[in-house]
Amino acid sequence: MAADSSEPAVIIDGVDKYFGDRAALRGVSAQIHYGRLTGLIGPDGAGKTTLMRILTGLLVPNAGRVTLAGFDVVDDNDAIHVASGYMPQRFGLYEDLSVMENMRLYARLRGMDADRHAGLFTELLDFTRLGPFTERLAGKLSGGMKQKLGLACALMARPAVLLLDEPSVGVDPVSRQDLWRMVNALTDEGMAVVWSTAYLDEAERCDSVLLLNEGQLAFDGPPTELTGRLGDRSFRLEDVGAQRRAVLAEALDLESIGDGVIQGAGVRVVLRANAGTQQIQTLADRVGALLVPVPPRFEDAFIDLLGGGPGGTSSLAERLPPVTLASDIAVSCRNLTKRFGNFTATDDVSFEVRKGEIFGLLGPNGAGKSTTFKMLCGLLKPTEGDAHVAGQDLRRAAGAAKSQLGYMAQKFSLYGLLSVRQNLEFFAGVYGLAGDTRRARIDEMVDTFSLHPWLSAAPESLPLGYRQRLALACALMHHPPVLFLDEPTSGVDPITRREFWTHINGLARKGVTVMVTTHFMDEAEYCDRVAMLYRARLIALDTPDALKRGAASAARPDPTMEDTFIHLVESADLADEAA
Amino acid sequence: MNDANDANGSPPVGRVPVAAMRRFDPQRLLALVRKESLQAVRDPSTLLIAFALPLVLLFLFAYAVSLDVSKVRIGVVVESPSASAQALAAAFSGTRYLDVTYAHDRREVADRLVSGTLRGFVVVPQDFEQRMAERGGKALVQVATDGSQPNTANFVTNYTKGVVQGWRTGMDAELPSVSVALEPRYWFNAELESRRALVPGAIAIVMTIIGTMLTALVVAREWERGTMEAVLSTPASVVEILIGKLLPYFVLGMLATLGAAALAILLFGVPLQGSLLALLLLSAVFMVPALGQGLLISSLARNQFLAAQIALFSGFLPAFMLSGFLFEIEAMPAPIRAITWVVPARYFVSSLKTVFLAGDIRAIFVPDLLAMAAIGMLLFLLATRATRKNLE
Repeated sequence: MAADSSEPAVIIDGVDKYFGDRAALRGVSAQIHYGRLTGLIGPDGAGKTTLMRILTGLLVPNAGRVTLAGFDVVDDNDAIHVASGYMPQRFGLYEDLSVMENMRLYARLRGMDADRHAGLFTELLDFTRLGPFTERLAGKLSGGMKQKLGLACALMARPAVLLLDEPSVGVDPVSRQDLWRMVNALTDEGMAVVWSTAYLDEAERCDSVLLLNEGQLAFDGPPTELTGRLGDRSFRLEDVGAQRRAVLAEALDLESIGDGVIQGAGVRVVLRANAGTQQIQTLADRVGALLVPVPPRFEDAFIDLLGGGPGGTSSLAERLPPVTLASDIAVSCRNLTKRFGNFTATDDVSFEVRKGEIFGLLGPNGAGKSTTFKMLCGLLKPTEGDAHVAGQDLRRAAGAAKSQLGYMAQKFSLYGLLSVRQNLEFFAGVYGLAGDTRRARIDEMVDTFSLHPWLSAAPESLPLGYRQRLALACALMHHPPVLFLDEPTSGVDPITRREFWTHINGLARKGVTVMVTTHFMDEAEYCDRVAMLYRARLIALDTPDALKRGAASAARPDPTMEDTFIHLVESADLADEAA
Repeated sequence: MNDANDANGSPPVGRVPVAAMRRFDPQRLLALVRKESLQAVRDPSTLLIAFALPLVLLFLFAYAVSLDVSKVRIGVVVESPSASAQALAAAFSGTRYLDVTYAHDRREVADRLVSGTLRGFVVVPQDFEQRMAERGGKALVQVATDGSQPNTANFVTNYTKGVVQGWRTGMDAELPSVSVALEPRYWFNAELESRRALVPGAIAIVMTIIGTMLTALVVAREWERGTMEAVLSTPASVVEILIGKLLPYFVLGMLATLGAAALAILLFGVPLQGSLLALLLLSAVFMVPALGQGLLISSLARNQFLAAQIALFSGFLPAFMLSGFLFEIEAMPAPIRAITWVVPARYFVSSLKTVFLAGDIRAIFVPDLLAMAAIGMLLFLLATRATRKNLE
């Protein structure tokens, strides 16, 4: 039964999977090889988890066959559980058990003995750097440490195929690097590792990728092959500075441009297939920007494969009247502190946000992003310090302040039992709109977001992109001068994310102030300024470009936002150790 | 990780050890039992349900819930100054069931009945002696009771009649008696204390909570937290996972029974007429349907809220209402009585009352044990069929 490395580790042959009437997978065929890191990439809802569960024998395909390490996943179900190690999305750890107890449990379940295999335990603890925490309860570990423990548990008995379902979700960039290091060591030994992810930038680190979109395999091969297909169609307009949002909007409306995003002070664009550079060159000349070719990214190729992103004009922002505010400062906080018992969630944070600015709050899980955010929109009372929104003191006039802001929560927060129209009416009512104004605003939102065909549908039955639009429509119903977005794009596919940012950019140009938290590092690039929170404190606050420049070193002259993040967190740790 | 570590016994990549392929492996079962026990001990909510809840229930049934009526507050209005009327009035204070307030005017007590401080009053009228003479020795008294509490009102009427009759008998004692004296004796619970019947029944409720509710909750919790998915992806088999889940809660249920029984005997003074062995055997067999039901619920409901709701409606309430614990099954209408046949607690309560109040009576135990075992087996069969080793 020894694995022959020339044989594929996993053979997927024409797999279909239905849940009721909904097809989760349609005709997926692919091979996964030993000694390679295979990325299972795709937006949320593409069918990644379903495929993972079929590979581990936890779901039975409706059609087609899957063999793993030579065993059929349906007929040789027991053998599959021995040959594979699986880490589900939600850790699968017992929170009431300590690190060591979890490891012992999974070792026994896989026929290993902690005493006889003492070497393996030491090795896994070294490997995961969990050695100092063996007695800690799994529930008390950080997100990154939980993932590493999950990995250690899945690695017991050295499976031939290791399946990791979204191991990097909820893991900060520092721990993410650690996970990559571990996985690379495993593939070097000949293990087949499958890593599923919705982060397209992770694809570039894989030896091979399976790209899923709406249940179908869109691409199978090395990521460089897909990126290579794109050729030299990626460009950047350098130093557009203050005009970058206008430039992006204009560029996206060009016929020859398929995709574009903001990168610091620049705008990155991708040409459509067989399109020339004349149009974009004209635009660059007009705004006085330098057009330079840049190496293509996997995400560029992915968007291209799906037929390009949305246009650059936000129909929403077009209709909105320009925002007028008495003061130039839209949001401010001074010495903001929040303590829960003896735990400090936000520690002495101060900053000011100008009118029309897009302001990002970034930080690893548990850094205090959400707490700070909730205090700023009046959902939590600060222990110390004060905060103002649109000139209103949140301590004294929380109600008045709330009427000046729109809030879009992290989770889908519309009423599932109300129709789309009823949701819109409800939110209009909540914000105190009545009579003609109310009807006019609802019609405006329906027109802007093309919600007509969906008015009597349940929000949950809407396609993801429309749900996102509806949530935004509800938050903007009362034309607030300040908009709060809590992780607005988590679980949203790249195309919908682009459409969303088109609206946000449009709103900012109309003078709406946007406060946003995000865990997509590339989205931080859309922000005018970024506040970096770590261990409840504000460790950096500047424009994305300035932050990146600060993290540049001889070894890495052009760091990404993620590199910058890691650099800042590590410097903060060093400073703490020194203190 | 490098190959040198293979010397420590870790199998090389891709090799499938045959031992790991066995359907049943005591090592794996032991690991699962250990995990479950650690979790049960560390989770405060488990201990709360297993020990604090039974304690509260037992105290409630022992002290707060009482089906006996004693010390009912009544008024006695003596309007007649005659000697026989005074003697009758005095007879009311001779019983421990009544707490008597004396008055000479019915207006004094009527208000107190309205305000609820008295449950009823008895009037010995002005012409009491005169009428008794006219009617050939028959006493005439008026009884007024609070009809908003029918049960208590009945007690007041009956006790009053009893007192009057007792007084008449006493009066006639000098004469040779022709009537038959009735002397009731209550078997198994000589003092007719409802506590003695309720506490054994409460043990059945406690066992249902631990067996059904707790089991359903802990399995649903594994689904909710995603640990079930991880365990299902290991070589552990369904049988091992299920036994690993049930064994700790079986032990916990037995411990709670022992604790509750000790409390019943030592603190509440409920006698244990039968043997401890019989009590343990009955409890152990009752755990089979209780756990089976919990398991079946958890295989249908994969979140804790739903599991708790189903357990409440299908386990706790029937054990409470339909087991003969509070309400006599014989007094129920026929369709309801038919339903009680499939409530395992019914058999357990019947046997528990027997073992506590009567003794070891094989003729009662054997059919009850068989019925509980049969229902249990059926539930287990359904549960294992409903639990498959995948997520479909």
